[in-house]
Amino acid sequence: MVVRFGAFLIGLVFVLALLTAFLVPREAAEETVAHKFHLHPKALKLASDGPLGKFDRQQLQRGFQVYKEVCAACHSLRFVAFRDLEGIGFTKPEVKAIANQWAIEVPAINPDTGEATTRKAMPSDYFPSPYANETAARAANNNALPPDLSLMAKAREGGAPYVHSLLTGYRDPPADLPADARPGPSLYYNPYFANLNIAMPPPLVADGQVSYADGTSASVDQMATDVSAFLVWTAEPKLENRHRTGVAVVIFLIIATTLAYLSYRNIWADQKH
Amino acid sequence: MSFPWAEHYAPKHPLTKWIDSRLPLPRLVYNAIGAGYPVPRNLNYFWNFGVLAGAALAIQIITGIILAMHYAAHGDIAFQSVESIMRDVNSGWLLRYAHANGASFFFIVVYLHIFRGLYYGSYKAPREMVWLLGVVIFLLMMATAFMGYVLPWGQMSFWGAQVITGFFSAIPVVGEPIRVWLLGGFAPDNAALNRFFSLHYLLPFVIAGVVVLHIWALHIPGSNNPTGVDVKGPQDTVPFHPYYTAKDGFGLGVFLTAFSLMLFFAPNALGHADNYIPANPLSTPAHIVPEWYFWPFYAILRAFTVNFFWIPAKLWGVVAMFSAIALLFVLPWLDASPVRSANYRPLYRKFFWLLVLDVLVLGYCGVMPAEEPWVRISQFAAAYYFAHFLIILPIVSRVEKPLPLPNSISESVLHGEKAEAAPIGVQA
Repeated sequence: MVVRFGAFLIGLVFVLALLTAFLVPREAAEETVAHKFHLHPKALKLASDGPLGKFDRQQLQRGFQVYKEVCAACHSLRFVAFRDLEGIGFTKPEVKAIANQWAIEVPAINPDTGEATTRKAMPSDYFPSPYANETAARAANNNALPPDLSLMAKAREGGAPYVHSLLTGYRDPPADLPADARPGPSLYYNPYFANLNIAMPPPLVADGQVSYADGTSASVDQMATDVSAFLVWTAEPKLENRHRTGVAVVIFLIIATTLAYLSYRNIWADQKH
Repeated sequence: MSFPWAEHYAPKHPLTKWIDSRLPLPRLVYNAIGAGYPVPRNLNYFWNFGVLAGAALAIQIITGIILAMHYAAHGDIAFQSVESIMRDVNSGWLLRYAHANGASFFFIVVYLHIFRGLYYGSYKAPREMVWLLGVVIFLLMMATAFMGYVLPWGQMSFWGAQVITGFFSAIPVVGEPIRVWLLGGFAPDNAALNRFFSLHYLLPFVIAGVVVLHIWALHIPGSNNPTGVDVKGPQDTVPFHPYYTAKDGFGLGVFLTAFSLMLFFAPNALGHADNYIPANPLSTPAHIVPEWYFWPFYAILRAFTVNFFWIPAKLWGVVAMFSAIALLFVLPWLDASPVRSANYRPLYRKFFWLLVLDVLVLGYCGVMPAEEPWVRISQFAAAYYFAHFLIILPIVSRVEKPLPLPNSISESVLHGEKAEAAPIGVQA
């Protein structure tokens, strides 16, 4: 009885506090400029999509070429090692050559003097960062920090389609865009970016910017698609493994569950329930 | 204890006899989850979720122990060590996705288990202690899950920790010093990460211990059942093994299949993209959102937007959020109705489904940004949540006229009484 009376009082207090808050007048949420002009990513179909998706290795190699020749100038890829490139179809000697010829050397220590130096990359090295540190990166980019790309396809709402849309989404600001939402100095209008103005200059500007080794015509859209596919791989290199294992596990579990159901029915056959 | 007609453990082999006379562990198991535990014969599939919760706990502990062999609890390298688990550890991706999604599936089955208890009155005498221990397990699960989510040290980990530990600063006067003391710093950092890891490793074993008590307390009165009427005799029960081990085996298969579909084909669907960005104390994410299983409570926290009776809104929110769970501790004494199963409580049943809807609405408000109309909806929904348990339920249990109960479980099973066979909420 005491419990119920006490509970009733406590309940009344909470309900009153909430209903007071409920009745307090407030302004309706205003539609922000960013909300109004922001666009959702365009649909993008990749070979890795869906429960049975596999990587298109030819496309990943093209995407890698775009990363190497365009993105790598500013963006690191610190969770991916050169040796991982074997996963997208490069042979061991090819990987060795890619590492050896990489434009940026990796930090090292001079074995004779102990001084800091750099050396050519090896397959076991992770992709070296284009900047020595965050301060250097910001100094070179109008105080904006080019993010690491390793996990980009998982670290943004919208995933690979978002990356593709962003890369192909640069345009002139619409005429009815309010003045305070217009891109300031060294900012670029891109409606796929959350606050509409992005510090990254358009990276893919002309068809044929990259000459694909496999002869694919390098339109801007093709390059953006290929590099998005490549970033799906860098974010989730074990994706094919996961899909393959998943299919086997689910088939096994469906059979096992069917057997479990039959034995359950069998055991209960003589019981009313 | 058990019913007098329970089967007795009778070892035949000399070795099992030898063991039984020295350490009767097989006897304990036999009486707990073997043929020695008589269970009502009319349990429906909602009674599978206790065993499934146990299975989920086992999955979490096993995957967690292996993950801990590869994880480094240090602010500088925690994120990197998780990525190395995903990329370089053999089947590391499988372990980590199983652990992350396993937490979600643990909560799914536990929420169904809790609502099963609410619908069929499993919290009532003589099972109050089972219920109380269950609420303790639920609280421990929430603490463990929160601290586990901090460990990858991504953006949502860091800012989630910032928000949750900020609750303590709502305590008047001593709040801020307590927060700093608990965190080991002014903001979540290496000290906090280390103690979270330590506790995240400890608490699952505490949960396992309380689970043993939960099952022990359950075995005193025995399991409830969909009619809610007591077991009257041997005709009402079947031995747990093989009848319910077989049924639970099937349930486990369904559970593992659903779990695998998520884990292998949509492992990040329940997560948050921001947590793949390394923690950055200088950059606040646009929306700080906890994991889905906290959304209803997060909505209650944020529903208190005005100072009321000179108490700041933030303190109201924190007190209300904890009260929303704490009130479950007094639930057995709030509901005075002697009838357990909602199948025979027409009025309570309506309010039960309203509560289910209310919690879903709260959950949806919890994930939406703190803007209109969501704040106003969450204020109304939170008010209903408290009203349901603290005001409506005690009154309903007084004024309600329950439907006639079956005389016994076997009678309801054998004489065409189909109430418990119909989907819950549907009166046959």
